[in-house]
Amino acid sequence: MKKIIAALTLLQASPALAAGAVASEYRWLTFIIFSSIIALTMLITWWASKRVKSTKDFYAAGNSISGLQNGWAIAGDYLSAASFLGIAGLISLYGYDGFMYSVGFLMGYIAVLLVIAEPCRNIGKYTLGDILAFRNDPKKARMIAALSTITVSIFYLTAQMVGGGVLVKTLIGIDYEVSVIAVGTLMLAYVVFGGMVATTYVQIVKAVLLVIASLVLVTLVWLPYGFSLPAFLQAVVDDPKVQAQVAKLLGNTASSMSTQELGQRFLEPGLFLKDPIDQISLGMALVFGTAGLPHILMRFFTVPNAQEARKSVVWAMAIIGGFYVLTLFLGFGAAMHVGPETIGSIDKGGNMAAPLLAQHLGGGENSLMGNFMLAFVAAVAFATIVAVVAGLVLASASAIAHDLYVNVLKDGKASQAQQMKAAKIASICVGLVAIFIGILAKGQNVAHLVGMAFAVAASSNLPAIFLTLYWRKCNTTGVVMGMLIGAGSAILLVLVSPNMTYPLKVLADANAVIASAPADLSQADDAALKKITKAKQDIAKYQGTSNNQPLTSMMGLEKPLFPLKNPGIISIPLGFLMVILFSLLTRDKRAEYLWEELYVRQNTGLHVEDVSH
Amino acid sequence: MKNTNIHWEAVEADPRFQQLHRDKNKFLWRMMLFALVFYFLLPISTAYFQDISRVKVWGVINLGLVFALSQFVVAWLIAIIYAKRANAEFDARAQALVKDAHNIKGVL
Repeated sequence: MKKIIAALTLLQASPALAAGAVASEYRWLTFIIFSSIIALTMLITWWASKRVKSTKDFYAAGNSISGLQNGWAIAGDYLSAASFLGIAGLISLYGYDGFMYSVGFLMGYIAVLLVIAEPCRNIGKYTLGDILAFRNDPKKARMIAALSTITVSIFYLTAQMVGGGVLVKTLIGIDYEVSVIAVGTLMLAYVVFGGMVATTYVQIVKAVLLVIASLVLVTLVWLPYGFSLPAFLQAVVDDPKVQAQVAKLLGNTASSMSTQELGQRFLEPGLFLKDPIDQISLGMALVFGTAGLPHILMRFFTVPNAQEARKSVVWAMAIIGGFYVLTLFLGFGAAMHVGPETIGSIDKGGNMAAPLLAQHLGGGENSLMGNFMLAFVAAVAFATIVAVVAGLVLASASAIAHDLYVNVLKDGKASQAQQMKAAKIASICVGLVAIFIGILAKGQNVAHLVGMAFAVAASSNLPAIFLTLYWRKCNTTGVVMGMLIGAGSAILLVLVSPNMTYPLKVLADANAVIASAPADLSQADDAALKKITKAKQDIAKYQGTSNNQPLTSMMGLEKPLFPLKNPGIISIPLGFLMVILFSLLTRDKRAEYLWEELYVRQNTGLHVEDVSH
Repeated sequence: MKNTNIHWEAVEADPRFQQLHRDKNKFLWRMMLFALVFYFLLPISTAYFQDISRVKVWGVINLGLVFALSQFVVAWLIAIIYAKRANAEFDARAQALVKDAHNIKGVL
């Protein structure tokens, strides 16, 4: 493990030097595994490219995907690097609280299953715009749907691109820019040549690999305890590294606790999530946001009918839920085997927990098997990012090409050839934008962007879809205003929230660190020294007249206006309320006239062939 | 979209459709409401009732962990119960309506 840290320190010292968690003598192994997985996805793309003849194939895989396949593909779309690496990491660092995310992410699917999946399959064709345009003013509905789809996808995409770049750099040592371009290029190949067909099968393969990798790791972690849950957790409680982590997190209050009490504390709530209202707000975004994510919605258009859509959500819930239960073992396993201290020192967010656990279980950093497992987990994580980005790009491209170009600009009068051309050009443009943003956002803290994507989806897309499908009085003005205000309020609240950087607060914190530092620095341990160095850097950055760093946040604020990190608790009810209010204030003959048709169709699937052909 | 010979208002007013949508909605909203209440009890209990979360029930396993894990079981149960009822009942009733839709003309 010292080797990795040494390698990383070296990396910081000379950025030109390529080095990663994989030792250089095993680089060939990493190369072979990455190449095999990439080759496999390319083979799928080549096979799929011959099957993509129309826009229906390109956007919806020709409605040919079965419920079981789509369930795996949804799992592939949903189990992004954030949930695989991020949640395992949070559990390894903070215990119980990390697991809260797993629960919230799964519960989002109940709304998808009960109220969204089947009606959307019965009403829509390729996009969110199709659903909203059914009874609302088609052009206005498509424009606002496209705007919202692109907004949500770009937030999500940026987080994936930046996360992917950092991940690949940390693991195998290639430059950040190079890995962002690699992710972007591969993803564009899937999307442009294979459309939804290739994207779907890449998702399936990737989800299967991810589940296999996790099952192997969990088996190795759990086997020594005879697959007994209490015995395994007892070992977590008894682990000195875990106890040390809890002591560090609790600070002074830890001094009166026994080692057993410290270990037990790791299994109790409150080490990471401090603000209960913020936690509920996050829960709301997760539970209501999943049903509004455009790239998840789009998956329901790939199956032939509502029955298969239902089946796909049930399978997705089984796979995703099963996987999230595994994260508990991955996280706790990493905490015991690798230790929170080491995990946190390599990546503050704990993202390296699962890969490091794989390396350890295979026999450590100097063993062939250890490096094989590390490389395998890294390659799966890489494939995950590429596949999730592909799904997001496809969702944005369909909003631009199908909603904006074909149906708004061309009034729906575009030939198949024109539509396909538009779809491919839109995909390439979105892909290039993704690469550009990825490079631009280097070094930015993007952790809150996924939460923001969920918050916008929950505050804008969900109220609009839900009320359009289930409420007779819902109409165009309601949908447009609700989506604008819902999304706008979510974004605005984040911009004035504690997520942003407030230089005055950074300065105050840095000064506090310096003030409390021991006079004799040789007495301080590594972690304290790191903190002091960081504080000195912060002070240098924000203080003094030599630079023009403003002393306010991006929004010109000295301190946050909104106390929560997650806007959902305000913006979600606001989104619903605005759709209702503006629907009641205005009349829309078309929305009223088409209500019966929409309601009968969404409930029965009558004339589903109209939208499919 | 009214380019078909289906008389949508009449189908919507048909007692079979009315009964189907009432049964379906009642079933769906009950489950949705239960799922939401059950889920939000988790962040509420871990935030405001930490003492209860800490009560050990099986070795080092505490109520908080049991509650978190039970969320998975509840999610899966809801999925199974809904799928069973929809497959066995709602689909058939909707299908009967779809088959008959061309004949439902209502009172003009």
